[in-house]
Amino acid sequence: MSDTITAPSTLFRFATAGSVDDGKSTLVGRLLHDSKAILADQLEAVARTSAERGFGAGTGFDFALLTDGLRAEREQGITIDVAYRYFSTGARSFILADCPGHVQYTRNMVTGATTADAVVVLIDARKGVLEQTRRHLSVVALLRVPHVIVAVNKIDLLGYDRGAFEQVAAEVRRVTGELGLDGVHVLPVSALEGDNIVERSANTAWYDGPALLELLESLPSHDELDTEYDPFRLSVQLVLRPQGGFAPDVADDPQRAETFRDYRAFAGRIGSGRVRVGDRVTVFPSGIETAVTGIDQAGASLDEAVAPQSVALRLADEIDAARGAVIAAAGTLPEARREFEAELFQLDPRPLAPGTRVLVKHGTTTVQGLVASIDAKRDLDTLEHVPATSLEVNDIGRATIRVAADLPLEPYGENRHAGSFLVIHPSDGRTLAAGITEQ
Amino acid sequence: MTDVLTATPARALDTLEVLEAEAIHIIREVVAEFERPVLLFSGGKDSVVVLHLAAKAFWPGRVPFPVLHVDTGHNFPEVLAFRDDTVERLGLRLEVALVQEYLDDGRLQERPDGTRNPLQTQPLLDAIAAGRHDAVFGGARRDEDKARAKERIISLRDEFGQWDPRNQRPELWSLYNGRHTPGQHVRAFPISNWTELDVWSYIEREGIELPPLYYAHEREVFRRDGMWRAVGEVSPPRPDEPVELRTVRYRTVGDMSCTGAVESDAADVTAVVREVAQSTLTERGATRADDRISEAAMEDRKKDGYF
Ligand SMILES: Nc1nc2c(ncn2[C@@H]2O[C@H](COP(=O)(O)OP(=O)(O)OP(=O)(O)O)[C@@H](O)[C@H]2O)c(=O)[nH]1
Ligand SMILES: [Mg+2]
Repeated sequence: MSDTITAPSTLFRFATAGSVDDGKSTLVGRLLHDSKAILADQLEAVARTSAERGFGAGTGFDFALLTDGLRAEREQGITIDVAYRYFSTGARSFILADCPGHVQYTRNMVTGATTADAVVVLIDARKGVLEQTRRHLSVVALLRVPHVIVAVNKIDLLGYDRGAFEQVAAEVRRVTGELGLDGVHVLPVSALEGDNIVERSANTAWYDGPALLELLESLPSHDELDTEYDPFRLSVQLVLRPQGGFAPDVADDPQRAETFRDYRAFAGRIGSGRVRVGDRVTVFPSGIETAVTGIDQAGASLDEAVAPQSVALRLADEIDAARGAVIAAAGTLPEARREFEAELFQLDPRPLAPGTRVLVKHGTTTVQGLVASIDAKRDLDTLEHVPATSLEVNDIGRATIRVAADLPLEPYGENRHAGSFLVIHPSDGRTLAAGITEQ
Repeated sequence: MTDVLTATPARALDTLEVLEAEAIHIIREVVAEFERPVLLFSGGKDSVVVLHLAAKAFWPGRVPFPVLHVDTGHNFPEVLAFRDDTVERLGLRLEVALVQEYLDDGRLQERPDGTRNPLQTQPLLDAIAAGRHDAVFGGARRDEDKARAKERIISLRDEFGQWDPRNQRPELWSLYNGRHTPGQHVRAFPISNWTELDVWSYIEREGIELPPLYYAHEREVFRRDGMWRAVGEVSPPRPDEPVELRTVRYRTVGDMSCTGAVESDAADVTAVVREVAQSTLTERGATRADDRISEAAMEDRKKDGYF
């Protein structure tokens, strides 16, 4: 037993999506329950509340109560904000973001999707693809979430009918095809009854694909997919110069302390790729090329490090670099830009119009910016760009942004970290929009 | 490019390595973007782990911020001793907010049930204001409670220290937006995504020291509300509560008067990891009388400015 407990597992993050009431929270509760991640006291509390509310005529169990943790959510029976839940199965630990379906809380769904390795989009089999389903699928497509799973839910209410499933599945394939999503997995489930959630169900003998959990256990995560081939990038968070005093293990050893007297290293998290001691790197914004002489991780010196590790890099030359600098594999940084086109997800109720002054947060820098123009927005039925002069809340659209200092932006499709940014209100600090750069 | 493609794939990072990297990234972001951060440090395992991560984040330098303890006055003596040793060893400045002072001068009143956990909010907010702290690190984890499961990693508090769960900022990628107006501050939770088992596995892997009461030991206890309570000055048994000597350990440490022990013979960290992996109760459900009061106990306290 202790072997399986301490055996290293890998981490996989996924989020739910789909229209309101399609069964996301129920599915999450079912997944947690059937993978034995719910402990006795939690189960008891849910059973009590389910009974008090007369769920399922007294015998039922409202699985959604396992994640709908806010009072307002339980009272209204909807999800308002993302709930993060955790479970593990042998080789994998899962971080699960249960997102709200309601259009008013789209910003919270975007929150859950930005870090996801996979998104499970739920569809009520009786209703098919709804407007909000399309919106979520577009978000997922634009954010290039590595894996998309569409769970056609409530199949129990249609007598586990194959024809009904096939009909929805065909509609799903048409829409995801239009969106350019490939490799989409479509499966029939009943979140309430537990069909095809953890195990394949006898009720859908005609379905020969994997159950949801089998898929989640086998798909590679974003980091597993990318680190190998992506060029190395590290955004400098801060420069470590232990002038305020040394850590105790260094301070207690005068000889050691002496060797650290001139220590200077660039601390940050590897955004993509890998780095080895001896590698040539280019430092943005100076453009100076140098070599990596050390990779430190709290006392340990590493020969190499990979995304998403947090490390401190020592460089061969004395370079003037501070927070906001980017250290990259030599010769791989694109030209820095002061003006760029981006796709924006408008998250704030105040519309975004040309001429709006904003802050742009990218990597570890925040710079002044200006919305130069709003170029188009997406029609959610066709997903085509249509003319627009401003972006309203929940709109996804294209804008041109000018910034006051060079930003090392890269196409989001090539590099998630280097291609994403926040648009922030300069005085109240609220996040107005999430942005991704295009080619 | 070909040599890259044929290179042996690096070993995939395991869960603890990814969680550690995420936590260190968060801690560094907060230190880089805020003027006066502080870490809530109680000597409990979660805050010990956050402090350990902070030490790693800034090595070979020392942790560049002070720690703050909101002292209920209902302490386990061994935890206080541990707190002081740790602070001394790492060369940190310790700020203490005493609930007792508020009770003595009447700003707060003792509750009928005797627990002081909910009384920590006011002293905490006053200490944050007095220290002009704009960022407060905490060791809260989302797996602890349904309301915590909803909170952002960087969570904005208004001038009254309140959390507005219906109106949280979106938190996108790992771009944390901590901008705030004067009077507001943020709470930062670097180990949001860790489970109790992750914390224990990490303590084992890193060899992190904890107060001894986390490990099985003999203690005089009595049964109340289905939990084992320690016999102490602040938590005497009633006449109908017989005192027994049992082998117990604590899964959380907090206000001594309402924190329960669990029967256990897990005397070292490996045994605890095994025990936690097999536990059938959550740590709060098993050990916190105050969280059993209602489904929304934590949400209500958090809205008012609690940790
Ligand atoms: N019969 C049946 N009912 C289901 C199934 N899944 C969910 N439901 C019911 O559908 C209703 C909505 O479920 P939720 O899980 O709260 O839906 P949601 O997608 O999380 O909703 P929001 O988060 O508010 O967008 C509840 O009454 C569920 O019991 C299913 O597979 N079969
Ligand atoms: Mg829901």
